[in-house]
Amino acid sequence: MKIRLDTVVKTFDTFRAVHGVSLDIESGELVALLGPSGSGKTTILRMVAGLEFPDGGAIYFGDENATDIEVRHRGVGFVFQHYALFPHMTVGENIAFGMKVSKTKRSGSEISERVAHLLRLVQLEGLEDRFPAQISGGQRQRVALARALAVDPKVLLLDEPFGALDANVRRDLRRWLRKIHDELGITTLFVTHDQAEALDLADRVVILDKGRIVQTGTPEEVCRAPASAFVMNFLGDANRLKVTVSDEKAQIHNVTFEAPDIADGPAELYFRPADVTWREDGHGIQATIARVIDRPDSRRVLALTVDGQSIEFDAAPEFPFRAETRGFVDIRRPRVYPA
Amino acid sequence: MAKSKSRRPPRIGDAPVFRNTMIAVVLTLVALVIIAPLAVIGYEAFSRGIAYFGKTIANSDTRHAILMTALTALIAVPINTAFGVAAAWAITKFDFPGRRLLLIVIEIPFSVSPIVAGVAYLFVYGLQGLFGETLQSADIKILFALPGIVLASMFVTAPFVARELIPLMQAQGRDLEEAATSLGASGWRTFFFVTLPNIKWALLYGVILCNSRVMGEFGAVSVVSGNIRGQTNTLPLHIELLYHDYNAVGAFAAASILAALAVVTLIAKVALERRGAGRVRRPSLAGTAPDISETTP
Repeated sequence: MKIRLDTVVKTFDTFRAVHGVSLDIESGELVALLGPSGSGKTTILRMVAGLEFPDGGAIYFGDENATDIEVRHRGVGFVFQHYALFPHMTVGENIAFGMKVSKTKRSGSEISERVAHLLRLVQLEGLEDRFPAQISGGQRQRVALARALAVDPKVLLLDEPFGALDANVRRDLRRWLRKIHDELGITTLFVTHDQAEALDLADRVVILDKGRIVQTGTPEEVCRAPASAFVMNFLGDANRLKVTVSDEKAQIHNVTFEAPDIADGPAELYFRPADVTWREDGHGIQATIARVIDRPDSRRVLALTVDGQSIEFDAAPEFPFRAETRGFVDIRRPRVYPA
Repeated sequence: MAKSKSRRPPRIGDAPVFRNTMIAVVLTLVALVIIAPLAVIGYEAFSRGIAYFGKTIANSDTRHAILMTALTALIAVPINTAFGVAAAWAITKFDFPGRRLLLIVIEIPFSVSPIVAGVAYLFVYGLQGLFGETLQSADIKILFALPGIVLASMFVTAPFVARELIPLMQAQGRDLEEAATSLGASGWRTFFFVTLPNIKWALLYGVILCNSRVMGEFGAVSVVSGNIRGQTNTLPLHIELLYHDYNAVGAFAAASILAALAVVTLIAKVALERRGAGRVRRPSLAGTAPDISETTP
């Protein structure tokens, strides 16, 4: 099912949570809504689900305007951040609930057959009679997914699906969810504040800031060509240096970088800590090492430029230099954004 | 390390002297304040033998008082239960202006003396009251009749159910209802299959407390009932009347019924908690949902 958001607006009291967001999600696509807290990502997801209604704009499911359809008739599967499993029902009863209340009548044997099928799908065979309190967090997450899938939703919506789990469980579940999605081919939209999760899982990432979409693209597109300083910063560690642009060239301490389409005047130069080479031959921005931090697979070097701006970069574990050493920072893949 | 000095208490504040004194003080107070009076009721009620006790209870006025009390409870408790659930639902699941105010207003009957409630009803429904003349011309009798007694009892016990439910429902949040609705359940289905099972022990507990308070209510009811023997006397009022008649045994016999009622309430409560506690292990979702046992203190 294709989903289309058309200039959707949502205001809570006086706080505008979502400013005119438009977004197309293709049928069968797995899309991540990525942003810091307060960026409106959960509000957008809840509006797609029908748990909140937009103040303006429209939401289409296929060609149908779904904006005013109530959540119970909208045909979405929603997985809550804290799973919201019914604590007084067993795992099997939880999964069967949607089928029991559904308008499409199913016989008892049909329901239990489907419950068994879904339990196999989420790899929880044999846990049918346990209560939610008796299973682990990762298992609850999978029950919540099975429960949402039980009603044959047109769209699957997940709110911070792995937020409450350990790092290891998280990574396994991520890969597993991707597999399930590829098997079922159901249009899926999920919310996360974790860029690694979004990049790992999604076909397309929608990055939000303060209720607006700041960039949409495949993980490759957003990683290789961040549209703004915000995206650059949000997707990972980034260094920022103040530079001056004139004639589409950014300059800092006699080093120049290409700055296409940037207006003259002060601007900011961004680069990743991994995109730095420490040199002693005068090629690059002059700097002094302030501190060296050891990590299991590398060394993180903290350095200061001549005018006191700090730079962090990664070096091999064999990096020989220590504090007070002077040298030059050679930057690969620099990006210049307006200040 | 812990055993190196035997005189040292195993924990801070666990010194034997302090501990024994504390326990002794509490036990003495319980014996004097709670056990002794109850024992006296039982003893005095049967002091002239079982036969006399039976005769007192069988007295038509006493029987009528028991009936009045039961009838009052039968009307007031279900209404207040419905009110309590609705109020708790409204306060915990919706945002609306005046929500906090409602929370405070619901608690007023707890802090107001019941006699104030009785007098207030007198002013509203009494002959010289706000609606007095209208009611009289319509020939509706509220004061000095069952409706007045029920109203006064309802006022006094309005907060009981709501107060048990609000903290629990607040902690549970709206996730479960939202989940049920997103799966296609209607409002009623969501309430009966998702909300109610998660609040049922707290609800029953509130109902039991509400019931025992309705049956025992004296102050507010005494103002609005008119104390007409065999007509508008409830059990607590009847006990007072018997006592003023210098019929101490009768008073104690009637009181023993109320006391017995309290014991039944207590047993029901304990049984309920035990049953609830047995199932609490099922519902509690560590970390995400509150433990239901917290609500049945």
